Amino acid sequence: MPINSNIPEGQLENKWTKYKSTIPLVNPANKRSLEILIVGSGLAGASAATSLAELGYKVKCFCFQDSPRRAHSIAAQGGINAAKNYQNDGDSVYRLFYDTIKGGDYRAREANVYRLAEISPNIIDQCVAQGVPFAREYGGMLSNRSFGGTQVQRTFYAAGQTGQQLLLGAYSALERQVGMGSVEMLSRHEMLEVVIIDGKARGLIARNLITGELERHFGHAVLLCSGGYGNVFYLSTNAMGSNTTAIWKAHKKGAYFGNPCFTQIHPTCIPVSGDHQSKLTLMSESLRNDGRIWVPKKAGDERNPIDIPESERDYYLERRYPAFGNLVPRDVASRAAKERCDAGFGVGNSKMAVYLDFKFNMMRYGKVEATKQGLLNAQDSEILALGKQVVKEKYGNLFDMYQQITGENPYESPMRIYPAVHYTMGGLWVDYNLMTNVPGMYALGEANFSDHGANRLGASALMQGLADGYFVIPYTIGAYLSKEIATKAISTDHAAFEEAENSVKERLEKLLSIKGSKTVDHFHKRLGKVMWDKCGMARNAEGLKEAILEIQAIRADFWTQVRVPGEMNDLNPELEKAGRVADFIELGELMCMDALARNESCGGHFREESQTEEGEAMRDDENYSYVAAWQYNDMNWQMQKEELKFENIKIAQRSYK
Amino acid sequence: MSGNMNLTLKIWRQRNTKTKGALVDYKVKDISPDMSFLEMFDVLNEDLISKGDEPVAFDHDCREGICGMCSMHINGRPHGPKDAITTCQLHMRSFSDGDTIVVEPWRANAFPIIKDLTVDRSAFDRIIASGGYISVNTGNAQDGNVLPIAKQDADIAFAAAACIGCGACVAACKNASAMLFVSAKVNQLAHLPQGQPERMTRVKAMVAQMDKEGFGACTNTGACSAECPKEISLVNIAAMNREYLKANLISTED
Amino acid sequence: MAALTFILKSSIGNKLIMGLTGLFLIAFLMVHCIINSMIFMNDGGVIFNEAAEFMGKNVAIRTMEIGLFAGLFIHIFQGLNLVFKNRKARSVNYSVQNGNKSSKWYSRSMGLLGTLLLIFLIIHLRHFWYVSRLTNEISSDTNTLFDEMKKVFASFWVVLIYVLGMISLAYHLMHGFQSSFQTMGWNHKKYTPALKMIGFWFSVIIPFIFSTMPIALFLGLIK
Repeated sequence: MPINSNIPEGQLENKWTKYKSTIPLVNPANKRSLEILIVGSGLAGASAATSLAELGYKVKCFCFQDSPRRAHSIAAQGGINAAKNYQNDGDSVYRLFYDTIKGGDYRAREANVYRLAEISPNIIDQCVAQGVPFAREYGGMLSNRSFGGTQVQRTFYAAGQTGQQLLLGAYSALERQVGMGSVEMLSRHEMLEVVIIDGKARGLIARNLITGELERHFGHAVLLCSGGYGNVFYLSTNAMGSNTTAIWKAHKKGAYFGNPCFTQIHPTCIPVSGDHQSKLTLMSESLRNDGRIWVPKKAGDERNPIDIPESERDYYLERRYPAFGNLVPRDVASRAAKERCDAGFGVGNSKMAVYLDFKFNMMRYGKVEATKQGLLNAQDSEILALGKQVVKEKYGNLFDMYQQITGENPYESPMRIYPAVHYTMGGLWVDYNLMTNVPGMYALGEANFSDHGANRLGASALMQGLADGYFVIPYTIGAYLSKEIATKAISTDHAAFEEAENSVKERLEKLLSIKGSKTVDHFHKRLGKVMWDKCGMARNAEGLKEAILEIQAIRADFWTQVRVPGEMNDLNPELEKAGRVADFIELGELMCMDALARNESCGGHFREESQTEEGEAMRDDENYSYVAAWQYNDMNWQMQKEELKFENIKIAQRSYK
Repeated sequence: MSGNMNLTLKIWRQRNTKTKGALVDYKVKDISPDMSFLEMFDVLNEDLISKGDEPVAFDHDCREGICGMCSMHINGRPHGPKDAITTCQLHMRSFSDGDTIVVEPWRANAFPIIKDLTVDRSAFDRIIASGGYISVNTGNAQDGNVLPIAKQDADIAFAAAACIGCGACVAACKNASAMLFVSAKVNQLAHLPQGQPERMTRVKAMVAQMDKEGFGACTNTGACSAECPKEISLVNIAAMNREYLKANLISTED
Repeated sequence: MAALTFILKSSIGNKLIMGLTGLFLIAFLMVHCIINSMIFMNDGGVIFNEAAEFMGKNVAIRTMEIGLFAGLFIHIFQGLNLVFKNRKARSVNYSVQNGNKSSKWYSRSMGLLGTLLLIFLIIHLRHFWYVSRLTNEISSDTNTLFDEMKKVFASFWVVLIYVLGMISLAYHLMHGFQSSFQTMGWNHKKYTPALKMIGFWFSVIIPFIFSTMPIALFLGLIK
């Protein structure tokens, strides 16, 4: 099938406005008979379900958690970008667009990103109206802060819990529709298959996780808003339940997978402490505003960090990138940390960590406080105590979290941090309407590949999730549904439903019947290690080829040796996990193939073969300025290319030096 | 490794909502103090699976203290012995070698047990659906800065909005009352100008739904707030009482 | 009136009744305590008897007495009702509870303390209210109320019951006083700490004064 991104004609600035007013509409009476299924209840899913229900469509929303409010969007800490220019510091839609394209290392679609920037101010307005308690200045106006990779203050926030507040806003709006009967919410339901009839997405099979029953649901359209697949690495900052299953099933039924290898590794996470570790915890990017990152100049230096004098510390980010220093984009900071640790300069027991030190800024804040309080001859210790107080007010909850997890006091000695998998820019390939190549099947939020190119800037994920759900899909879905008004609801007795349900059932039965000797986690950990070592922060052709073979071996072992206890018709968390891990194993293989095929370095994707003399990532625009859209064919894949055209931006090698 | 612990666990096992449950003893060995409490459960479950037993079902998701899904009553306290954290943030260094740890599900008739330590908290969703929102359709909004909100009000609203809906308040309350949860939402919206139009109807609807779900009444013991992982204040309950009385006694709205 | 059914129907309405009747009873306790303290004049009960007679004869006071009993009855009935309702909210209890970590035992034991008080109250009403209001045993010349008090408090066991009753009252008030304000929505950063302090000392002082009466009479400190 040829790939068509359906980008509207016209000037970049006018594309969306013009297109919006020409998309076919569905009249209110017809909307009532059109059913939409939405998988996932995070920012994208909840906002889409709400907005579409408000328009009058019949909506069903599914989530595997016990409540839509648990979706992992809730864990986002830092903030949400919007081109409001409230700070009068020169921000504009164009600048947000430009920063996002540049931050994504020129691997995103211009038209989509411009639309995202254009919509961004409306998101803030909508959330404020819902009662989201954004941080305010004393005068009552919205407050902003700055984030990595930008030079303006455009990030709106609610302390370190922005994702939580935005999600609860969307959740409230969703529950309002549930209360009015316009949305049917199916919690503790997991989508396990899509149903395709005559080439169009027409429904899904979901498993009621409490009873184990398989249910058939018909819809005129299916929206996948199921988030990212970072858990393919086993250890990531994702929630334990975050998975690829929904989009992977869609992929296997024909939807293209876009740029699967584009993974964001976040530089400031709490390092792994042992084999028992089940997940990694992020320390907000905002900490990099006030912390300085360093390692000892001497490899294997075992001294206590506070005993290492200034002259023997290597502030490597400030050394390598004097212009941006500690505030370089995430991919750059992560790679630099890995480089130091690989060279033997890492710290802590595992030697896979670097220091994030607040003492310098504590002293700076302390001096300001001392001056304010008129303490002109304050001792250093007094100044430090005052500074600690300031830092405590700004980041108290993060410092407490660190102390809970590590048992160390970050006020006294520097934090140890290391990069961890955080977000996946890749996802289902979608066109400008957010529709996959399968008619009637959409992907929104992190589940699609669209807006962040090869690296996402901080505070942009929340923006995209809500943009897709609140302000894009309610318009673009009309382009498809306006042609579906004559389609009557298809009975779930249809052969396609029958077949889909049987395939799900067979697979679950198969998982339960293997009765091998190894747990699901065993395979997940094995997969994660291969992915992290060979398809993680640095990748090379040889490693990726090995990884593909190793993953194939893991897949074979999994299907012969896994042990899944319990029964099908029961709450069975191990069975849920087994299904998800089986999908991760298949996805892992595709990610390695994609990484292998892209022999350039861009954003979070670093191919060791493609770097400058100083070890910086080197793009190859000549050969790789495209989106890789992978087509599935029985564990084989063909790549389709969507060429990226940059007509409004001058493409250049990123530099943060 | 030195410092690792051997522990006895007494865990509530219950097949489903209809059957009776009981505490069952388990031993776990060589637990590192750096593990989180839920990672210790992972170890136990791995062990149970390899022995051919059924693992313990428990709710968990983000494992960083924000999603509100984890829900264990540990040694007589929701989310365990430390204040202001969730179970997933509890680490094994809070225990010592040889300890016996009793783990039970949240107990409230409004939170029926689904299996083992997993309970059904959908009553909370229904309470929010009854009125815990501001009725504004997508696209209705005016500019975010049109309504200035005093920082103090924004901060109060934020502190109330920090609720993660885990249900520890209900679990801790001797009456299994949901007042802290409901009042946090009522008070958040009552402190914002956007929340004013529906202020009176909201509190009435939410309290009615809360009562309907079978939660107990509040007797102001303060256990909810003391056990709340997000330290939601009791002031919210007083504020909701005030709102509710105002809505019923003074407001002319039906 | 339909608008007021929330008082009966909702949990907060139920609680409001508890709070209001509780405060009403607290006000009564104060009056009761002041009048009874007259025995400390140590004048052979003269002033006390006068006051008691006034309270017994005055129509307005007698009318208010009806209100007092109504308030008491509602407080008891509603209290028991809430205890049972609240128990139903958790039919299977925890096998391990560490409630003292998060709340005070007496806050959690209002039903128990209230029941103890009810038992005490029945004894107390039998001792004094019954004999003075419903029988002719009390007269201003032969057997004054003060004389009756001396008789009743001659028994060590009665004194003990009264002291225990007052301890129950103290703890009941310690929670009840501040709780009633919380129920009515009066929780204010500026005033609540002061209110809590007043509540605490009220809960200590009033029962203390009450319990010194039987003790003093028993020991013969008051003649």
